[in-house]
Amino acid sequence: MDALLLARIQFAANISFHILFPAITIALGWVLLFFKLRFNATRDEKWMDAYRFWVKVFALSFALGVVSGITMSFQFGTNWPGFMERVGNIAGPLLAYEVLTAFFLEATFVAIMLFGLHRVPGWLHTLSTFLVAAGTTMSAFWIRVLNSWMHTPAGFELRDGVAHATDWLAIIFNPSMPYRLAHMLAASGLTVAFLLAGLSAWRWLRGDCAPGVQAALRTGVVMAAVLAPTQLVLGDMHGLNTLEHQPVKVAAMEGNWETRGHVPLLLFAVPDEAARQNRFEIGIPSGASLILRHHAEGVVPGLNDFVGEHPPVAPVFFAFRIMVGIGVLMIVMGLAGAFFLWRRGALPRPLLRGLVAMTFSGWVATLAGWYTTEIGRQPWLVHGVLTTAEAAGPVPAASIGTTLAMYLVLYAVLLAAYVATLYRLAARGRMLPEAAPAARVPAE
Amino acid sequence: MTPFLPPEWLPLVFAGLMAAAILAYVVLDGFDLGVGILLPGAAGEAERDRMVAAIGPFWDANETWLVLGVGLLLVAFPAAHGMVLTELYLPVALMLIALTFRGVAFEFRAKAADARGKRRWDAAFFGGSLLAALSQGWMLGRYVLGFDPSPAAQGFAAMCAAGLAIAYVFIGAAWLVWRTEGALQRRAIGWARAAIWPMGLGILLVSAVTPLVSERIFRRWFDVPEVLLLAPLPLATAALLFGIAALLRHMPLPGDALRRVPFWGAVGLFCLFFAGLAWSFFPYVVPERLTIWEAASAPESLTIILLGALFVLPVILAYTVVAWRVFGGKAKALTYH
Ligand code: HDD
Ligand code: HEM
Ligand code: HEM
Repeated sequence: MDALLLARIQFAANISFHILFPAITIALGWVLLFFKLRFNATRDEKWMDAYRFWVKVFALSFALGVVSGITMSFQFGTNWPGFMERVGNIAGPLLAYEVLTAFFLEATFVAIMLFGLHRVPGWLHTLSTFLVAAGTTMSAFWIRVLNSWMHTPAGFELRDGVAHATDWLAIIFNPSMPYRLAHMLAASGLTVAFLLAGLSAWRWLRGDCAPGVQAALRTGVVMAAVLAPTQLVLGDMHGLNTLEHQPVKVAAMEGNWETRGHVPLLLFAVPDEAARQNRFEIGIPSGASLILRHHAEGVVPGLNDFVGEHPPVAPVFFAFRIMVGIGVLMIVMGLAGAFFLWRRGALPRPLLRGLVAMTFSGWVATLAGWYTTEIGRQPWLVHGVLTTAEAAGPVPAASIGTTLAMYLVLYAVLLAAYVATLYRLAARGRMLPEAAPAARVPAE
Repeated sequence: MTPFLPPEWLPLVFAGLMAAAILAYVVLDGFDLGVGILLPGAAGEAERDRMVAAIGPFWDANETWLVLGVGLLLVAFPAAHGMVLTELYLPVALMLIALTFRGVAFEFRAKAADARGKRRWDAAFFGGSLLAALSQGWMLGRYVLGFDPSPAAQGFAAMCAAGLAIAYVFIGAAWLVWRTEGALQRRAIGWARAAIWPMGLGILLVSAVTPLVSERIFRRWFDVPEVLLLAPLPLATAALLFGIAALLRHMPLPGDALRRVPFWGAVGLFCLFFAGLAWSFFPYVVPERLTIWEAASAPESLTIILLGALFVLPVILAYTVVAWRVFGGKAKALTYH
């Protein structure tokens, strides 16, 4: 395999592993703050119970997020030196602001949040929890600004092929930034909602019906019921924005070959790039035209207008369907859960089992979304400015292959350890090694 | 955006900031990596827990200085960043994998299913810390000699790898002298005593070899009047080394007096050594290949970062002080509640 392909696989592996943990920490920080504030307001121990359990999940996820993020920050130099040389004047300040305003903040206050409960006054602990949540969100803001700029670059001029900033506000508020940021924050919220609900439902089904478990379960279900429909709306707006700025990507997402009206919304198909057509199509007539142009005759761009310069169709097409499919499933589960909580005050067993099955669905949808958007941008790295191939470095394929193999083994081990640890914590409930001796007495 | 500094000053300011971030990293993560390398020396699980508790609240913020250091290299000197990191491709990857193992071991060891599982993560903790220190030292050695591929240069890099690991062990032991008590503290004093002279030797060797291999660096140090102006540097280093060694022989002192001194003395040594290196390399950011002016990015972009840094760095320092005060004193068991 050539060095470029290996470098791409390596980057994709590293960032895919990394994003799993921000997807949790960004929203879980706010959920912890919510638990803490509920406890402060009600003095009901169940909120503190929920806090104590989920802060452990947070600590573990945060540690994995930090170490995999440190790997990311070296990737630009080790694998994509051309990236910083050509667009470093834009990317640099954005990354620097992320380090200065977000990373130090979260890294410092997370220590007080995790270990400071009995060392600092209550208000300082609550404030630290807030600052950690704010820090992760701030970090998501800056990195999404950079990433959106790579999709819809603005506010710069090229001098000798090198991008120079002309308008920082235009760079930061580039055309797709608000949609991408909102969609990502909601994605994190949904990932956490289903993690909360799924793990709590698992404990519930095993007979651990402590009020703290119930509180977390309800919180997860309510978050899902609110955020899943919101995500549909946000995703739709995001897609319309992409149609305007990256029509080729939308053509690939829809699997549409000819520019025309009455384009069906494909529920399933197998795009065949050699024959330039789809096989096994099942679709809703005029559906895509309706969604993207709001009337049945609406013209949707087709891939055949971009022969030789469009992304690989099948991965974008399938990844997009996986994400939207999970999104729809999340809406169904969230609304059903909220309905039962409202009418019966409890969830029926089949629904609990469904939630258990969907514990990590947020991860799958998040990755599928990122694959849609990033592969859909190829061959560009910075749309219309820099191709991925131009950014590659001189490192030989053998070196990249070696490190790629090492990373893959590392990630497999850590992911298995992470998931196993989550279930072990859940199985042991409050009886944790760190817990005070009194809490070691079986709770049931 | 009009730069508020003459443009030719900006690379200088950023070189200074980057050097400061890297120095902060080496000192701060140095002590927690050193404690990791010392972990197998502990007398048992309780002592290992105490050692980890002594660094648990600090390591994350400490590593952030690494992100800032390479971040500044990346943003201020993009050309150098690509050159350095592609040259150091494999050791960088090794360091990252080591730091990953080490960082997650903090969490996994505390949540392990049983004693065996915990010991396994302790091994990852030790191995990760050691490998990270060695690969950083190796990179330093390769960098100092401008990535010279000759076997002699590789040997020099190996020496730097060992040297840096020993220096980390020393500052880690000094941290434990400050932050622990009883049997563990006495053990830490022993570790510091054992590490101080090998570290001194390492400093001597690296300082002796660099001017020998580079004509330019030789002239930087030994031309008159430089040699006179620079003389205080090695003298102060020697004085500190002898002073700390003498103090360590008498520790622990009654009432735990002077417990902070070995650590801050080690910080002093790191600073002096770093200042010497910086003097050797200036104005190169990639030795013998690229000066900071050749490698710098556009002034508008540097200005906007500097503006932010001027506001934010004091805030970062302020809350770092708060965190150090919250977790001041002797290490206690770490609990979430
Ligand atoms: C939308 C969210 C998001 C995305 C797309 C990324 N990150 Fe990230 N990153 C975070 C959200 C985040 C976070 C929530 O802020 C983390 C995760 C857990 C944590 O500790 O902070 C984090 C941690 C984190 C750290 C460690 C910070 C520390 O020491 O505390 C680094 C160096 C990076 N990231 C770097 C990157 C780079 C170079 C990325 C892109 C190529 C990237 N991240 C994508
Ligand atoms: C966090 C979620 C992200 C995921 C899951 C993700 C995923 C991917 C994938 C799968 C590719 C490969 C596309 C291909 O080569 O066909 C890619 C490319 C790339 N992405 Fe992202 N990405 C993410 C975020 C980011 C961010 C925030 C940035 C920059 C700030 C970024 C920069 C890049 C670069 C430089 C490439 C080019 C290298 C390549 O083609 O592999 N990505 N990404
Ligand atoms: C429910 C219906 C959904 C729709 C209509 C939708 C729509 C979209 C669209 C159009 C994109 C943009 C690709 C691009 O143009 O670059 C996208 C990306 C993405 N989606 Fe979704 N999405 C939905 C659900 C979800 C869910 C449930 C999640 C995760 C829990 C999710 C996570 C993501 C992520 C992480 C990205 C990539 C980042 C970005 O560009 O914002 N999406 N989505």
